[in-house]
Amino acid sequence: MSDRLPGFSTLAVHAGAQPDPTTGARATPIYQTTSFVFNDADHAASLFGLQAFGNIYTRIGNPTNAVLEERVAALEGGTAALAVASGHAAQVVVLQQLLQPGDEFIAARKLYGGSINQFTHAFKSFGWNVVWADPDDIASFERAVTPRTKAIFIESIANPAGSITDIEAISTVARKAGMPLIVDNTLASPYLIRPIDHGADIVVHSLTKFLGGHGNSLGGIIVDAGTFDWSTGGKYPMLSEPRPEYHGIRLQETFGNFAFAIACRVLGLRDLGPALSPFNAFMILTGIETLPLRMQRHCDNAKAVAEFLAGHPAVASVSYAGLPSDKYHQLARKYAPKGAGAVFTFSLKGGYDAGVNLVSKLQLFSHLANVGDTRSLVIHPASTTHSQLDDAAKVKSGAGPDVVRLSIGIEDKEDLIADLEQALGA
Amino acid sequence: MSNNKKRQVMNHDAYPDNYIRGILNSVKSIAMVGASPVNVRPSYFAFKYLAQRGYDMIPVNPGHVGKELLGKPFVASLSDIGRPVDMIDIFRNSSHIMPVVEEALALDPLPKVIWMQLGARDDAAAAKAESVGIKVVMNRCPKIEYGRLSSEISWMGVNSRTLSSKRAPAPTQGMRLSLNRMSVGGGDTAASDRAAKNKTEQS
Repeated sequence: MSDRLPGFSTLAVHAGAQPDPTTGARATPIYQTTSFVFNDADHAASLFGLQAFGNIYTRIGNPTNAVLEERVAALEGGTAALAVASGHAAQVVVLQQLLQPGDEFIAARKLYGGSINQFTHAFKSFGWNVVWADPDDIASFERAVTPRTKAIFIESIANPAGSITDIEAISTVARKAGMPLIVDNTLASPYLIRPIDHGADIVVHSLTKFLGGHGNSLGGIIVDAGTFDWSTGGKYPMLSEPRPEYHGIRLQETFGNFAFAIACRVLGLRDLGPALSPFNAFMILTGIETLPLRMQRHCDNAKAVAEFLAGHPAVASVSYAGLPSDKYHQLARKYAPKGAGAVFTFSLKGGYDAGVNLVSKLQLFSHLANVGDTRSLVIHPASTTHSQLDDAAKVKSGAGPDVVRLSIGIEDKEDLIADLEQALGA
Repeated sequence: MSNNKKRQVMNHDAYPDNYIRGILNSVKSIAMVGASPVNVRPSYFAFKYLAQRGYDMIPVNPGHVGKELLGKPFVASLSDIGRPVDMIDIFRNSSHIMPVVEEALALDPLPKVIWMQLGARDDAAAAKAESVGIKVVMNRCPKIEYGRLSSEISWMGVNSRTLSSKRAPAPTQGMRLSLNRMSVGGGDTAASDRAAKNKTEQS
């Protein structure tokens, strides 16, 4: 019963889980049920009124999902978490708590193409207006702040080129402006970077990627750092004001440093509905148990592959922050000393046609639109994930027509290099 | 100073689990100052939960004397309780803490614990109580801490900061949950503790 803090790998295996009280099952059971029986009318009323801890309905919470939530909260150093159906769902639920129609949020220009689309088009229809800033120019975030700005959104390691974001510098801007910093930590995972340690107030993930890690289950998660004071100035009424949905409860006052996670659950997930299947939660939990082992292997392989490509005559350039010559290498050493991730891009001297040719010749790399799988993956962002952007925006986000993106798996690195060599050589 | 030798200085920014566990395991009666009969107020939540977990709860609120809270009659002040009480749980803003602590220090026998709710902190009042041997907790909620140490709060995706490989008894309604799980600290929330500290220092 000591207060000794266990290490990351111990948390990855144990946090949130304990033997099932009813059966003694040691692996976390899949509670594949929609609903949970109440003890009596008062118990039901207490649960619906948020007065008691417990389960009601799987759209609001589920015991398998709860283990996943506590585990990721522990790995990230947050106070609580909420699992949802996908990384995209996490972003909708987070911003629903922060923005009213007509409000703005600032987002780094270098993001996953799907996020750029979601922010530009879907969120616009909700009246949430994105204002873009350049993660390589911190002052551009300061310049973007207006009285209607409610949050700043960045990726720790940014898709598609694996560039490293200066989280601390941007968190300083957010703190001065009195708004939370949201960090998408999908490509780093907490094994490489813990954004909360660098000033993030909210962390989101696509669990589909490195956390789940096996390319078999979609999921998303929101982690509450417990660092932001939502009570000031009525700027965040979902948290600070009496909620009519719950007969006048004020969430910040009632739930303190995990009020944001509760808001996401009882106002976001409950009413928007993107619940995570307990089966997916189980698959992702199993993946997380080996996160530290896999992530190190991913990074070590990625560095070897990047070095090989950097020396290949057909390759024009490699963007990988793990290479000493890379623009982001100093930031990588500061934020991700164990490795610069496993997603990066390179460009071919032969341009677009050479990219298409490479993808068609690869035998081990799979041509598909995902990252963070055990398998190595390849894609041409300009024609796929980033295809809905115009040409200028493609280049700005690091997905120009000559660019190929790799997600390096945990195979033997010699085999990955041999596959690239044969595909590049012919 | 010599009579203070045995007393260690409590760090009120981050309490050891064993300190909180010891308090929640040892107190039996809790007087809640500022208890509200309105069922969406945090004090009502905490009062109801702690009563269900077997604590002898006493609602203290001069505005509601003559009424009951979940079957317990309201009293106007601590001195009206008329029997020894183990813990005073103060549901008041930081600026209203000192008078309540002074009232508590006039009780005979003294309470063993003074607990200030989430958001409430008064270091001078805490020092005064600690100088006569009373344990103090500030800016915490006993319901949340009970839920955390029993891991019941894990149902809400909250980082309980405990790990255990032992099988717990299946919880039933109204039972006292064990806070003595053979657990180790499991996951920090240092960033949140730091933010709370900075907020206190600024105000």
